[in-house]
Amino acid sequence: MEENNVLLTVNGLKKYFLTHQGTVKAIDGINFSVKKGETFGLVGESGSGKSTVAYSVIGMYRLTEGRIVFRGEDISRESKNRSLTIKKEIQIVFQDPGTSLNPSMSNREILELPLKVHDIGKNSKERVERIKELLEMVQLPTNYIHKTPSAIGGGEKQMVAIARALATNPSLILLDEPTSALDVSIQAKIINMLIQFQQEFNLTYLFITHDLSLMRNVASQVAIMYLGKICEIAPTKDFFNNPLHPYTQMLLSSIPVISEEEEELKPKRIISVGEIPSPVNVPAGCSFHLRCPRKMDICLQQDPLIKEIKSGHIVRCHLY
Amino acid sequence: MSKPLLEIKNLSIWFESFEGPLKVLDGVNMIVLPGEKVGLIGEMGCGKTTTMKAIAGILPVPPTIIRSGSILYQGEDLMKMNKKKSRQIRKKELSMIFQDPMSALNPVFTIGTQLHDIIKINEKKKGFIKGKSIQLLKEVLLPDPARILKNYPIQLSGGMRQRICIAMALINKGQILLADEPDTSLDVTIKEQIMKLLRELVGKYNKSIVLVSHALGTIKSLTDRVYVMYAGSMVEMASTQALFANPLHPYSKGLLEATPRLTGKGIGDGINGRIPEYVSPPNGCRFHPRCKEVMDVCRREKPSFFNVSKDHGVACFLFKNSRN
Amino acid sequence: MKILKNINNIGKYFRKGGNISRIFYKFSRNPLSVVGLILFCIIVLCAIFAQYLAPYPESAGAYVNFEEAKQPPSYKHFCGTDVLGRDILSRILFGTRYSLIMGIFVLLLIAPIGVTLGLIAGYFKGSWLEIIIMRVTDIFVSIPTLILALAICALLTPNLQNALLAISFSWWPWYTRLVYGLTSSLKEEYFVKLAEVSGANIAHILFREILPNFSGTILTKMTLDMGWVILTAANLSFVGLGIQPPTPDLGNMVADGALYLPELWWVAIFPALSIVLIVLSLNLLGDGISDIFGVERI
Repeated sequence: MEENNVLLTVNGLKKYFLTHQGTVKAIDGINFSVKKGETFGLVGESGSGKSTVAYSVIGMYRLTEGRIVFRGEDISRESKNRSLTIKKEIQIVFQDPGTSLNPSMSNREILELPLKVHDIGKNSKERVERIKELLEMVQLPTNYIHKTPSAIGGGEKQMVAIARALATNPSLILLDEPTSALDVSIQAKIINMLIQFQQEFNLTYLFITHDLSLMRNVASQVAIMYLGKICEIAPTKDFFNNPLHPYTQMLLSSIPVISEEEEELKPKRIISVGEIPSPVNVPAGCSFHLRCPRKMDICLQQDPLIKEIKSGHIVRCHLY
Repeated sequence: MSKPLLEIKNLSIWFESFEGPLKVLDGVNMIVLPGEKVGLIGEMGCGKTTTMKAIAGILPVPPTIIRSGSILYQGEDLMKMNKKKSRQIRKKELSMIFQDPMSALNPVFTIGTQLHDIIKINEKKKGFIKGKSIQLLKEVLLPDPARILKNYPIQLSGGMRQRICIAMALINKGQILLADEPDTSLDVTIKEQIMKLLRELVGKYNKSIVLVSHALGTIKSLTDRVYVMYAGSMVEMASTQALFANPLHPYSKGLLEATPRLTGKGIGDGINGRIPEYVSPPNGCRFHPRCKEVMDVCRREKPSFFNVSKDHGVACFLFKNSRN
Repeated sequence: MKILKNINNIGKYFRKGGNISRIFYKFSRNPLSVVGLILFCIIVLCAIFAQYLAPYPESAGAYVNFEEAKQPPSYKHFCGTDVLGRDILSRILFGTRYSLIMGIFVLLLIAPIGVTLGLIAGYFKGSWLEIIIMRVTDIFVSIPTLILALAICALLTPNLQNALLAISFSWWPWYTRLVYGLTSSLKEEYFVKLAEVSGANIAHILFREILPNFSGTILTKMTLDMGWVILTAANLSFVGLGIQPPTPDLGNMVADGALYLPELWWVAIFPALSIVLIVLSLNLLGDGISDIFGVERI
């Protein structure tokens, strides 16, 4: 991997939360790199820590341990301690636009904030021009500038959130389940729009979702997380055609698909049993052993190390 | 063809609002046969939850205005009978599972108390209630039922809560179960477990189920027959197999094309436009402003249901002359 | 400055919401709110135009007319006259003016200060700033409002301004407390986090992101509080602190009249009824305002 091609690197990242029920190890030591211009997919169920990864990269948390490096610069700090340039370059789109857009502000004010902070546009008139430009980019009518989020539908709210992320011309956008709350027809529109923007503006995406069928069509690399640790990372085709980790196989075999063709592509049915343990009580050894159909004795004692099986395909499992 | 268990005829429901009445349901027709698993596909705002609530009788009046139509249960019109009788029938025959189990369960009472309250309504003999609670929890495959009865909803995971909601739905020996997006808030692996459980239980008790969802995969795995709903009326009805193999209505086609596929062949374009404003819905076919194959007649008249084959009907003028 | 900011925020709400008729639609769902609004408008008009409406405006000052004294309600004096011959109705109209002034001034004074302190304490929860603000608030909250107001008023010369000051001193902590609770829960919302990671400054986060989300609650509280402030002011003048005679205040009118119950019942009853009417109209109005913003009834 050439160093100058890598936009974001995460090294040994740990984020623990102290609660009165115990320490929640939301992220417990993960490593990955995102290349410039690619879509890096992060998949996992609830409790996996995937959203926490995005929140750590955007600077919402103080890291317990580990480093985040963006374009060679160490940004392992909270956003209030980061430079304005970094804040401009990395943006985030949250899952639920109903709570990520302030219901008491108009779209204009929501879109104007990043412009004001980064001094884009010398006066109010120029800013309004830019806002109208952004609205057109996401195919919303320009009169939406006066509307509030509560007056527009879920899909359109999310488009405003995306317009907001694009306002500062960033290089990296973190997308935390951007279409999970939306209907499939609007999802298609937004995903196609995101892909188009990626090519037009040379964007890099960190795309988080639990919808594996969606991931298959958007990501170039996929990482799967379980209880705060990465189980497997692979280029998309390898990930889906040749999943190595038992959890990956279990997840892939449970996807609801709508055609026989797709049914063929799924790995052999692995019946998932049990519930996902709470991140407060992470089982000893390999955190997945309670639900793993292929567990061995060593899995209860030792956490497996990450091994690279072939180029770009790594897995964390005692089977290998 | 056996007699329908539930039949909705030409249901039209409006809601009062500041800008004028919202003409949400525009002549909904639906049939559910005994023991049948019927799916209802529709996106947000199409009126499917309103339809479910109308069947369950939980629409608040005002602002609801019931303009016309009937909901027939075993031949009797629930809308025309007196309130007490319709409540009796619904209490005995209907159960409902909602989308978000956390809001369906009262956070300040234990599971045991909540089950007890519901069982008490249906079970006259006291003393059997705790036993019945444990039996129900076992049916939905919950481990250690005695401990769960003492837990509060917040102490349980999403999957477990949904199982409890399913258990609650099984309490009355009713024949029809309404499930409003029961899997939406669940993780992928848990989703699969819950749907499997639902399938087995519905088969075991020979209940009919109306499963509402906007996730096509869920509908495909659980149902025998499917309705597609758009902006207040049914636009297509077919056996599940027929719909997924050969969708006819442009909206159904658009939905299936927009669904991401595991094959990785990309995602369709989606459907342009948005759902209509119910204050002034489009004339004629409500889908016509978004339809790629729109014709003149679509703008003027609302299409009725044309039966293309024995078990496949579509409300679209493109199929007007394809009657079998 | 802060006053203007808050009023501006509220004004933005109205402009943004679309139009006044939409707001009135929500307001009028409950007919009693409309009754409250009409009643309150009448009261305000009476207060403003007291000198034109009062049949005997001179009664509101130092005036004595023993010939007309102790007259029961009649066509000449709708509410009768008191022991000094002053027309009760005219005095009520002027008294209303002072009551409303008290209410408005106290609220306009304490709301911005209380709200700002609450915002700061709630947002910086866990810091020494929060500890200082909230402990001071706790101290003030633990003393009953009326007693605190009485104590302060007794220390200073009894007059209108000092009564205002005393009531303000006892009332601000309730706003701080309310806003503290609302802010500490709202600051975890995603849109606030988004503003933080975007680099917005603290004033923007507090006043543009967080505050407008509960301006409805605050406005409702202010409307309901106005009734209480007027009552407290009446209580103060009832015991001789606050507004001094011969300036008419509904409270001291009731106090004077109480001595002559039950023979000269009209001297106390009509001012008391006016207090009831003002507070009632404000309460109904407050319900309506909470409907506009979709707030739960406080």
